[in-house]
Amino acid sequence: MDSPLRPASTLCRSPDGDADDGNALPSGVAEPTLAEFFAATVTDGAVTGFVCSQLAAVVASGKPVLWVQDRLTQRETGKPFPPGLPQGLKLILVTVNRAVDVVWSMEEGLNCSAVGAVLGEVWGDPAALDFTATKRLAMRAEAHGIPALLIRRAAQPNLSAARQRWRIASLPARLDPDDNRAPGAALWQADLFRARGRAPGQWVAGPGPAGVVLSHHLHMETGHSPALRATG
Amino acid sequence: MTEEMHARILPFPARPHATAGAAAALPLHMPHVSQTIPAALQGPLLRPLSVIRLAQVQAIRAWAGALELDAPEGKAAQVGSRAVSRAGSGLGSRWSCLTDHASSVAGAMPHHRMKDEPHPGSPVIARRGGDPSAAGSDRASVPVGGTAPDAPPSTQARSRRIVSIHLTDFAMDRWLRSAAARQDAPPDDLPVVLATDGPHGPVVSATNRAGRMAGVRCGLRVVDMRALCPGLHVVPADPDGDRAVLDRLVLWARRWCPWTAPDGPDGIVMDATGSDHLWGGPAEMLRAIEGSLGALGFASRPAMAPTRGAAWALARHGAVRAVAMPDTLATLTAPLPVQALRLDPATVLLLQRLGLGTIGDIVAVPRGSLARRFADAPPMQHPLARLDQLQGRLPEPVNATYDPPRFAVQARLAEPVQDPTPLLPDLCAALCQALADAGHGARRLTLTVYRTDAEVSTVTAATARASRDPDHLRRLFDDRLTRIDPGFGFELVTLAAATSEPMTIGQTRLDGGTEGGAVLAQMVDRLSARLGPQAIRTPARRPSHIPERSLGWALALSQAPRGTIPWTWMDRPLRLYDMPEEIFVLYALPEGPPAQFRWRRVTCRIARFAGPERIAPEWWSDRPGTRLRDYYRIEDDVCRRLWIYRDGVYGDDHRDPPRWFVHGIYG
Repeated sequence: MDSPLRPASTLCRSPDGDADDGNALPSGVAEPTLAEFFAATVTDGAVTGFVCSQLAAVVASGKPVLWVQDRLTQRETGKPFPPGLPQGLKLILVTVNRAVDVVWSMEEGLNCSAVGAVLGEVWGDPAALDFTATKRLAMRAEAHGIPALLIRRAAQPNLSAARQRWRIASLPARLDPDDNRAPGAALWQADLFRARGRAPGQWVAGPGPAGVVLSHHLHMETGHSPALRATG
Repeated sequence: MTEEMHARILPFPARPHATAGAAAALPLHMPHVSQTIPAALQGPLLRPLSVIRLAQVQAIRAWAGALELDAPEGKAAQVGSRAVSRAGSGLGSRWSCLTDHASSVAGAMPHHRMKDEPHPGSPVIARRGGDPSAAGSDRASVPVGGTAPDAPPSTQARSRRIVSIHLTDFAMDRWLRSAAARQDAPPDDLPVVLATDGPHGPVVSATNRAGRMAGVRCGLRVVDMRALCPGLHVVPADPDGDRAVLDRLVLWARRWCPWTAPDGPDGIVMDATGSDHLWGGPAEMLRAIEGSLGALGFASRPAMAPTRGAAWALARHGAVRAVAMPDTLATLTAPLPVQALRLDPATVLLLQRLGLGTIGDIVAVPRGSLARRFADAPPMQHPLARLDQLQGRLPEPVNATYDPPRFAVQARLAEPVQDPTPLLPDLCAALCQALADAGHGARRLTLTVYRTDAEVSTVTAATARASRDPDHLRRLFDDRLTRIDPGFGFELVTLAAATSEPMTIGQTRLDGGTEGGAVLAQMVDRLSARLGPQAIRTPARRPSHIPERSLGWALALSQAPRGTIPWTWMDRPLRLYDMPEEIFVLYALPEGPPAQFRWRRVTCRIARFAGPERIAPEWWSDRPGTRLRDYYRIEDDVCRRLWIYRDGVYGDDHRDPPRWFVHGIYG
């Protein structure tokens, strides 16, 4: 398998490693394989923001994103709203009833070379999303070079063949330079708890112009800090 | 104009074999032909001069004979034409108006009045927008003045059987039909109008019988009609939908004859030459047409005539199911009003002001006068052109649209089978071959299986763009044929392209890859075939600033995905709820920011907020009483960033206090 992942030697050696491991961070853009993202809470928008920020390369390529939602996810967390999504993102939204249809639709999308990325949202731990299904998704994504991003809510990180498994939560936003009472740019707690070919790690992440910006050290200018759980 | 005058002056058949000799024998001086005739008129009007002269001579001779003048031939012409002019002046205003100072010197008149002598006793009507010098130059250039009617059209031109069907209440009938299909038909005594947009508000474009009884008339404003009839039910009209239904109706009408075409917004014209006898003759055919259309719910008035213009006129203004034959054409069309000539309202008004109320009146008037009087009219709004079409001098064929090709293949089986899947590749290949031969691609496929016990099941698949790729079409039926109940087996399987459209061969890339759009469309097809077309959507921007209304979701089958544009400069959430969820908010000040809220049974404190951003209701589309919204972007104590709003403000005209809602989620 021609994995586009970076070799392990360049990856960070330790999640709480030295300050000079900036080049060892994950790239911050969606890689052509299957990655799972677990939301800390159901109504937390951090996972959506984290995944959408990774689509910068897809947006630049001009290819559409196939976004598959099951109906419970759509009812509990809403539909994607293009005015808030990255500018220029082409979107095809698929709404299905069952998790097995999410998996099938994602596979169809991964078979299509004209699709830039496939994004799926699954609620809970359905039986259809077992190791075989995730393995099929991962292999198709790697065979066609299309990123497959799977957002899980109200889910346990059970057995899965996803090459990267993240847990995403919100952190207090940066200060708004113009209004000290308003939330500024978003910050997320990104926890890569299982990864193939690299060591896991925890980072503070935020949206950047070319993808997610991961850093171990938060430049502390936030006012209140009730939930600064890990800053690396 | 009486029938007597009509018969005496105008219709003189010219016998071609007598033309040359008679014209040579009568050296009449005719003005020269010029080029100021509208192009469309030149055919019928610019006959060879000899023919014109002959007809004129014959008219004069007949008229002279009627006056019992016995004169040599050369003088008979002058005497007769003088008699014509005398008769013209004697006819009073109608003729005099037409023989204005310009036309009085036309070739119609004898050459002793070719000079600038106004006819004594005839009032002079100035030409509209023309100065005397222009009129004078016109004078020399008027070509065909006063030609007696041309030779009648050939029998071939008049032997056609054109049927014109006027769907009298087409738009309303169609709406009632669709309402009945929705189980939503209004009661018969409820006045219903269809409204279109006018410059000063909606205008009634169609109404039903109850509306007509209540005094509602088309072309007037809806507000006025509401004042007249308060219980009026107003429905927006759908001209595009009407047009599409009419096009389908035109194809449906090919059951009677192969040449049918739409005729205006509410008519069908067909060339039934040679097919009327199949229906038992013209009268029976018209009755069958009216009955069949009535069974569909469309009131209609068909008529048959040798020419398209006459059939149009009889269907709209003639008797019920009028049938005009070549010999009865003149008498049947003569009493029809001038509107039956398909003229624009300005021309009709002008004709009526001239005292010409019916087609018979126009027929009775010398052509030259009319030609000059309406020289400014557009070619096909000229009364003479329309008259020539009605009488068959000017050809007007029925331009039938092509029947869209149909593609279907079938597999007839010697023995019943339980599973149609193995037959599918061959069927798809055969269908795609047929599509490729015709240069078409399928947009909608229907697979029909016929069971041995006479049950029929269909499976339908649609494609986002025309396709004739057998593998792709076959895959659209994957996993779908198993839902068919096989019973005792199938004996006949058909695969048809229910909708197809012309498809050009796309250029593939040099490196062997294919165009991205086609691949994407095929993926959308497969998703739509399995999940249903409603499940696959692409965002479509709408002109509104209400957040949930600014975005529509179009079917991906019908619209390719487009890049999103930022709607406003304001920060917008990543996710939006279709239905905002109500929350309960504590606040320090009623107009101020929220301090704490309870959402989904969890209480959260608001740490930071930005706003408010006020979004006012759209008064042009919202109901009265819709409240404005104050949106806040907040961050709560578990760091969720939400978009919440207060529906209304304290102190507005509502008794209820404002309510709060969560509308979106930020990243």
